[in-house]
Amino acid sequence: MICCTSFGRTLFVGKGRQYTSINSAIAAAVNGDSIRVDNGIYREKNILINKTITLVGNNYPVLDGEHKYEIISIKADGVTVKGFRLIHSGVSSMEDIAGIKIYNRHDVNISGNILEDTFFGIYSQAGVNCLIENNKLTAIGTTEQQSGNGIHCWKCDSMRIIGNTVTGHRDGIYFEFVTNSVIWRNISFRNKRYGLHFMFSHNDAYICNIFQNNGAGVSVMFTHGVKMFNNVFEENWGDAAYGIFLKEISDSYIAGNKFLRNTSGIYMEGTSRILVEKNEFSSNGWGMKIQASCLDNTITHNNFLSNTFDVGTNGSLVMNSFDHNYWDKYEGYDLNKDNTGDIPYRPVSLYSMIVEKNPASMMLFRSFMTSLLDKSEKILPTLTPENLKDNYPIMKPLHL
Amino acid sequence: MKKIIKYVFADILRNKIVLGYTIFLLLISMSVFNLEDNSSKGLLSLLNIILIIVPLVSIIFSTIYIYNSAEFIELLVSQPLKRKHIWGSLFTGLAGSLSLSFLVGAGLPVMIYTPMDIGLVMTGMGLLLTVIFVAIAMFAAVITRDKAKGIGISIFLWLYFSLLFDGLVLFILFQFEDYPLEKFMVVASALNPIDLGRILILLKMDISALMGYTGAVFRDFFGTQSGFIIAIGILLSWIITTFWLSLRKFNRKDL
Repeated sequence: MICCTSFGRTLFVGKGRQYTSINSAIAAAVNGDSIRVDNGIYREKNILINKTITLVGNNYPVLDGEHKYEIISIKADGVTVKGFRLIHSGVSSMEDIAGIKIYNRHDVNISGNILEDTFFGIYSQAGVNCLIENNKLTAIGTTEQQSGNGIHCWKCDSMRIIGNTVTGHRDGIYFEFVTNSVIWRNISFRNKRYGLHFMFSHNDAYICNIFQNNGAGVSVMFTHGVKMFNNVFEENWGDAAYGIFLKEISDSYIAGNKFLRNTSGIYMEGTSRILVEKNEFSSNGWGMKIQASCLDNTITHNNFLSNTFDVGTNGSLVMNSFDHNYWDKYEGYDLNKDNTGDIPYRPVSLYSMIVEKNPASMMLFRSFMTSLLDKSEKILPTLTPENLKDNYPIMKPLHL
Repeated sequence: MKKIIKYVFADILRNKIVLGYTIFLLLISMSVFNLEDNSSKGLLSLLNIILIIVPLVSIIFSTIYIYNSAEFIELLVSQPLKRKHIWGSLFTGLAGSLSLSFLVGAGLPVMIYTPMDIGLVMTGMGLLLTVIFVAIAMFAAVITRDKAKGIGISIFLWLYFSLLFDGLVLFILFQFEDYPLEKFMVVASALNPIDLGRILILLKMDISALMGYTGAVFRDFFGTQSGFIIAIGILLSWIITTFWLSLRKFNRKDL
């Protein structure tokens, strides 16, 4: 009796094994046991895990939700779910049915699973210190209403979301009221809405993720203390798409990211005290759109390369600093060869100001007239904000 | 009529300026596509060239050609030929030869380096612009007998279509910015073949996403199959009306 609690038994599930269904094995298990599931197809409606057990699949056994059920519900602390292939969860507009759902638990480990055609993928409701690692999530919902979020965390703390691949969902990764968590090395692409959707989630970090080709890019809102390092935001292209959309963000740090081929690389609204450094903005429509509601942001040591517009803004009040960046459109000179241009660079073109004031003038986009206006404004600035300038533009691109 | 077209065609193709124009276009488009790392950027650089150079060369060359063949025209008029046929064959010869040199100079590289549908639209617009500006040139040339004045008028018309018109539109957009201007924009674009051509090409490219709300208005109208046909119709009517106007003038002109 003593040995069982300390080491745990291993229960086997499969054809010709002691248990033929996972639910019966869970019923027989006690805290600390492991359940190993053989390859095969299991249609067990909902699998409820209410004991601290380790559930491991051998060679990806298939758990089929038959388009009706939530496949795995975790209602115990310290549960591990590893190596399953979950398919066809139910779809509901009333409740959030997920492939795997964590209900108010801590230290849950969900790793190495494949989820296909699930409504929500992995859903953590008030989870603490959980690890969601190396899962592959693919949804096939056709509209935003028909598909849920890939990895959805609500009111969590100390989560680790590592190395997952999410595609086809509504939002790839969704964070709301999640604190002190890390999102690391995930790939989120071709999701219906956002690659990452992030609200009221303070003091989180996301590092080395790739967000590609999502409906509207990445959105980070109403948060302070976010760190974003070395992520790639790429090909988020469309009328309302952004590489990253920042709304009401403060005291945050954006460094080493690459913004490639987005309609707007960064769109900032109501942000304050953000340091944006060592990023690359390349081939975007707007490298950066910074609204006049932004305050005390520092944009420094970034590369701005072949963007249609480097910076756009909507007002004449500018309380942000743009010094020490490399701009490929800079036409100044450097007499003393200290690699810093001798005259300031104004990244806001007259035409981008005109468009911001009067969107209808986009009709003249790429016309001879507008390039002429831009050229004359460069020589004699009148309409573009006086303070929005890089006083010390760098002459050569930075090695990032 | 065929004989005159043939003669005008051969005469223009032998002309060194047209040969130079072809080679110039060819050089520019080849170097643009080879310098830029992706073809869509090359296409954008080429777009500006096509929208400025093509109308300019078409209008100036045609005006000068018409003035230089004044004696030839007088000779033809003295023959038992209809004026309609003389003027028509001059137009066909000019438009045909300049279109040919555009096709070789810019159309060919565009077709080689870019996706099919964008390339087709771009080449098509270039050809239409060439023909439209030949028609405008003939109108300018028939208005006045004085060569200097005629060339002045054509240069002014080119300036108007490629620059002044846009300035005017910008002015109106700002004066009436409190009013809904969607319909006005669509109508305004129809009043300038260069604008219309540019918008049609841009709508086919990825970059149209930048045009945001305005782009959506245009896409709503011109993006559909019927809208595209309407746009082509507008451009064709530019050719027909201007040519018809110049023909009317030529018919009554005392040479």
